[in-house]
Amino acid sequence: MNKEINLGRREALKAGGGIGLMAVLGAYGLLNSTAAMAEWNKAAFSSKAMDEAFAAMGAANPEVNATAIQLSVPEIAENGAIVPVTVSSTLANVEQITIFVDKNQNVMAANFIFPAGTESMVTTRVKMGQTANVVALVKADGKFYRTAKEVKVTAGGCGG
Amino acid sequence: MGNPMKIRAAVKDGVTEVKILMQHEMETGMRKDGDGSLVPAWFITEVKAQYQGRTVLEAQFGQSVSKNPYLLFRFKGGAAGEKVTVSWVDNKGDSRTDEVAISA
Repeated sequence: MNKEINLGRREALKAGGGIGLMAVLGAYGLLNSTAAMAEWNKAAFSSKAMDEAFAAMGAANPEVNATAIQLSVPEIAENGAIVPVTVSSTLANVEQITIFVDKNQNVMAANFIFPAGTESMVTTRVKMGQTANVVALVKADGKFYRTAKEVKVTAGGCGG
Repeated sequence: MGNPMKIRAAVKDGVTEVKILMQHEMETGMRKDGDGSLVPAWFITEVKAQYQGRTVLEAQFGQSVSKNPYLLFRFKGGAAGEKVTVSWVDNKGDSRTDEVAISA
């Protein structure tokens, strides 16, 4: 009798554990597909140096590829507060494009996630405190690539 | 609620081009006001664009994105009259959602 009760209890625990695990996985899946997908990467956005930012993005040593990534920036920016940046890529399966300004206090400016069906290009505008390199990091098929171009800033856009 | 965005979405040859102009101060947290005290950081952190309930672009911003952020991107598909919805959230928890009909 006791044995039977114990067995019953064990079965119940097993079943309960299974349900618990499924609930956790379910919640993770839900978060992953909606809210958490766009989670703000605090470590990356607080990085003060490019190496640190790349590491925080999971791109420890991205391959330099100036041909498969097209980075369009002005050579000279008269107003560092509004520097237009366009990044596009001819790589297949581009998942992510990240834009950095290597001499800004926080080097990472913006990160873009491209679902299937969205073209691998984006245009935005960034602030530059001084003459610096604009760096584009592209994740395609799970691999990271980068390129950079210098923008000469005649009036900084980060001060007061 | 933040100020309204200006959004344009136009379809050409089966590709919809979306242009977004958000209205936001995008304070870096490093700028000093007239009294010499730091203006607290206040910037958009996340942006999401959706077409027919499907996400077509997601973005995360840091303080280096310019005031009144501008975005341009393109996705395959779209037909005149269908809606593109754009939402943002800032670091103070404020948010804004605007919608536009795709033009031909």
